[in-house]
Amino acid sequence: MAIIETKNLTYTYPGATKPSIVDVSIKVEKGEFVLITGPSGCGKTTLCRTFNGLVPHFYQGELKGEITVAGIDTLKHHTYEMAKHVGLVFQNPENQLFALSIEKDVAFGLENVGVPREEMRRKVDWALNQTGIYDIRERSPHEISGGQQQRVAIASVLAMEPEVIVLDEPTSFLDPLSAEKIFEVIYKLNKEQGITVILVEHRLDLTAKYSNHLIVMDHGAVRLEGDPRKILASEETRLIGVGIPKATLLYQMLKKEGLNLGDQTPLSSEELADQLLEALKPRD
Amino acid sequence: MIEAQDIRYAYANKVEALKGVTLTIKDGEFVAIMGQNGAGKSTLVKHFNGLLKPSKGKVLVDGVETTKSSVAALARNVGFVFQNPDHQLFSETVEEEIAFALKNFGFKPEVIEKRVTWALNLLSLTQYRKTSPFLLSGGERKRVALASVLAWDPSTLILDEPTIGQDHEQKEKLRQFIMQMQTQKKTVVIVTHDVEFVAECNPRVILMKEGKIVADGEGKEILTDPALLELSSIVLPQIAQVFTKLAPLGFPKDVIDIYEAKAAILKQAREKGMLK
Ligand SMILES: Nc1ncnc2c1ncn2[C@@H]1O[C@H](COP(=O)(O)OP(=O)(O)OP(=O)(O)O)[C@@H](O)[C@H]1O
Ligand SMILES: Nc1ncnc2c1ncn2[C@@H]1O[C@H](COP(=O)(O)OP(=O)(O)O)[C@@H](O)[C@H]1O
Ligand SMILES: [Mg+2]
Ligand SMILES: [Mg+2]
Repeated sequence: MAIIETKNLTYTYPGATKPSIVDVSIKVEKGEFVLITGPSGCGKTTLCRTFNGLVPHFYQGELKGEITVAGIDTLKHHTYEMAKHVGLVFQNPENQLFALSIEKDVAFGLENVGVPREEMRRKVDWALNQTGIYDIRERSPHEISGGQQQRVAIASVLAMEPEVIVLDEPTSFLDPLSAEKIFEVIYKLNKEQGITVILVEHRLDLTAKYSNHLIVMDHGAVRLEGDPRKILASEETRLIGVGIPKATLLYQMLKKEGLNLGDQTPLSSEELADQLLEALKPRD
Repeated sequence: MIEAQDIRYAYANKVEALKGVTLTIKDGEFVAIMGQNGAGKSTLVKHFNGLLKPSKGKVLVDGVETTKSSVAALARNVGFVFQNPDHQLFSETVEEEIAFALKNFGFKPEVIEKRVTWALNLLSLTQYRKTSPFLLSGGERKRVALASVLAWDPSTLILDEPTIGQDHEQKEKLRQFIMQMQTQKKTVVIVTHDVEFVAECNPRVILMKEGKIVADGEGKEILTDPALLELSSIVLPQIAQVFTKLAPLGFPKDVIDIYEAKAAILKQAREKGMLK
């Protein structure tokens, strides 16, 4: 069953002259790891805001079409009702932090849904540890670095263990090794618990390998959708201005020169290195 | 020229963010500062335009100690773009935001008009000229912050995470702009987590960890040193990752450029008779 389904979704912010998302019809199955990419300003964040009802409930404006998330029509339910089902990590982490300590910020969602103290403690500690901020948990979320703030926002969502986790450009504030560690945690939740992940990113070098469903947007509309290997290999994707992972790009450049490394387009350095080691290995 | 002499800095909550940093950035240099979240990168660069003053040690900009000159005086020569654009934007329209500093510095209206138009175009913001910066996407807001500083053409640019929210095309434009600054002998300091962007620019790279500098050198050298990068919570650029794994086939490990990578692989394939 689809966990997110939109039909001809078109949305215009109040006072805007043109819609920010245009006729978007997508279907995300439970347990998928979806990657959304596309040029700056193409509507990625706006689409994410429809998943938990911030659009249109908070932003107002005009939404046309249909959307259901976790079986709920978001148009008919409040954003706070969606919080149990969908956890959204904002592009700008600071906008999401408000408590007096990091720990309280991470516990806030659980408190709201009335999780028993003992269990809450366990979940909060787990989330703080997974994101590497356990040691600074008593500090104010406004007196820490940008990347530390991003981790607090991610920990708050992880602690809730929602059915759908939406991350809007998380790597912009995270250092690369921490980003990788956090993606591994999220990937594990996705594989082992079937949590659906929606990840918005420009930096596909770090993220393409996790996804099994890629959505490329441009000017508010979905331009390409499907298997990441196929889409990242296509000329159209490059022309839209998507930053193709270097490993994928190198594979294609070599193919053009007549060096065929097999049919599977690589999405990571590991995959490309394996193909090259196989193709170039000494034969005698 | 920027000189930091054994500087230390502690925030009001007693967190010591800089624990003795010494470095010199010469005029015309292009430097990328990288490292773990909380390493002290943003704190360090805020010392370069006098936004923060060291608790111990000295910072000199063009030979003058920052404690002896006002932020306003420093601002004329050192342009600063914050990590979070929301810490910097306040005007009602994008156009006013970009014109603000120009007006403050007393440029003539016709010069202001020219510079604003130029900056809007450079950062693909022309269609948002009359829009409020607060109604823009995250990446667009970052570009407004960049535009408002680039517009007055400072001799030194400090950009904290300039590629946040930027797609491939915008990053490429930014890279070309920085290269152009190089030809004019201007100084550019960026703080960034974007390894691929740094690999494409190949600047001098400074790695920070826990309030100290742990490495300082040529980009290609540092970005192909796995031990150093791991220490600073950074991963190898993707091409370098591939070449590290290809070492058993006799390839060099220090490759970060995709064209160099392609040439090296094709050469070996040809030698092995796999290509005509
Ligand atoms: N306003 C503040 N008040 C108190 N402590 C702060 C403040 N801002 C940052 N810190 C602390 O100072 C240290 C250095 O932070 P800084 O922002 O310089 O890191 P950074 O290297 O820029 O990290 P990031 O990659 O996450 O942006 C960290 O321990 C951080 O928690
Ligand atoms: N609150 C808002 N009010 C009006 N327009 C907005 C608002 N937020 C974003 N926009 C506009 O909607 C478009 C899509 O923005 P967004 O979804 O944030 O893009 P992306 O996340 O893909 O960079 C952009 O043109 C942006 O300027
Ligand atoms: Mg966005
Ligand atoms: Mg910072």
